[in-house]
Amino acid sequence: MKAIVKGALAAGVLLIVAAGFMAGLRAPAPSPERKQTLTIAAASDLKFALDEFLAEFRARHPDASIQVTYGSSGNFLAQISNGAPFDVFLSADVAYPRKLAEQGLVDEKEPVFLYAVGRIVVWVPEGSPLAVESLGMEALREPAARRIAIANPQHAPYGRAAEAALKSLGVHEAVKDRLVLGENIAQTAQFVQSGSADAGIIALALALAPAMKGQGRYWEVPLEAYPRMEQGGAILKRAADPELARRFRDELLGPRGRALLGRYGFSLPGE
Amino acid sequence: MDHAALLLSLRLAAWTTLILLVVGLPIAWWLATSRWRWKFLVEAVVALPLVLPPTVLGFYLLLALGPRSPLGQAFESLAGHTLPFSFEGLLLASVLYSLPFAVQPFTAALAGVDRRLIEASWCLGVSRFQTFVRVVLPLSVTGILSGMVLTFAHTLGEFGVVLMVGGNLEGRTRTASIAIYDAVQALDYASASRTALVLLVFSFVVLALTYGLQRRVWASWPTRS
Repeated sequence: MKAIVKGALAAGVLLIVAAGFMAGLRAPAPSPERKQTLTIAAASDLKFALDEFLAEFRARHPDASIQVTYGSSGNFLAQISNGAPFDVFLSADVAYPRKLAEQGLVDEKEPVFLYAVGRIVVWVPEGSPLAVESLGMEALREPAARRIAIANPQHAPYGRAAEAALKSLGVHEAVKDRLVLGENIAQTAQFVQSGSADAGIIALALALAPAMKGQGRYWEVPLEAYPRMEQGGAILKRAADPELARRFRDELLGPRGRALLGRYGFSLPGE
Repeated sequence: MDHAALLLSLRLAAWTTLILLVVGLPIAWWLATSRWRWKFLVEAVVALPLVLPPTVLGFYLLLALGPRSPLGQAFESLAGHTLPFSFEGLLLASVLYSLPFAVQPFTAALAGVDRRLIEASWCLGVSRFQTFVRVVLPLSVTGILSGMVLTFAHTLGEFGVVLMVGGNLEGRTRTASIAIYDAVQALDYASASRTALVLLVFSFVVLALTYGLQRRVWASWPTRS
């Protein structure tokens, strides 16, 4: 009996590890050398808008393999400076792609471009007692706002905008001990959407996203309360397929992209 | 559920286990048999990844492998791309991060082999290497298997180091744990929970089998005689 159980167990372990091995070692390593690839690093506030844009773009470019990673613009700046293999960088702050241009990492023939202007809102979950629509930023003074989520001002442009708005509207001193920092603006939105934080200052683009719409209420922070969030991007010198990268940029800046970004709550450059 | 990410995690775990089997066994054999006075220092170094936060390891790896370090430049001139933000970089990080999970069970297993059997084998004129292969390994196979399974399971669940040096590239460095993190941030809880459930079930099954293997007293198993 003992031997049978032991044998069965050993066989089970071997089977699992072997299966993992087979699956693992046989998994095809993606060939980054394939023609027509595009790897995009995009600020988290673009998550829903760009996903929709790329669904159309992929449909029109069936041969291209297009991948996107969302995160904090400041982290992307650090990663791209250290050789991360991205072809296009869409930042929530145009200062970052400009820094990359100074480092000589941007395609000289293609200057840094502006694609949108970010807007921020104070967002609370549906059942919240906080009356953001009538009180605006002042609602955050209420004791019911025990935890207020903003993105990390150190490396997320939306975090800097939130901090600036809190200061210029005179609420920062009162709430600074109640702030929780998201790693990027999408995580910040997740903090409030899940109710872990009582209120949050997030991108209007995320408040309008299907996953958040109807789950909460928000008040848009007046544009003059924080420095204008010029969102800019660049095509990087190391782009595997500069032609495809240019086409992507042109469509994003063209009527199709502008209409979509407008629908997702971005102001547009030149408006 | 993110199949590409799960497959990548499996691939990473398989290669890490394979490399640690080859690298870990000699280290474990030395730890099990050496009488060197300062051996405890080596033991401490091997155990470091158990207590160090992944951020520390990730930070040093970024410095050591980045385009500004000699090691990073050497790799770049050979492979044509940098080590961080690539599968090879992740693999190196995982090998370091899972080192104690392989070496410690290996060492315990090898140290448990009766010294007299080894010496008897030597006295009969069998070479040291042959003895290791034909006497030591068969007697410690359970412990070595445990170490391999633990390494595999631990690498499968790696998060912090991958976040630091991986760069979250689809199909190249986006592992299952990172895919879960992304799905949660994208408010896609359904996808996050599916991938999480796969990892949870797999980890439990693997650990249950491992501890079952190590169980000595099957006498308490109810038998119908």
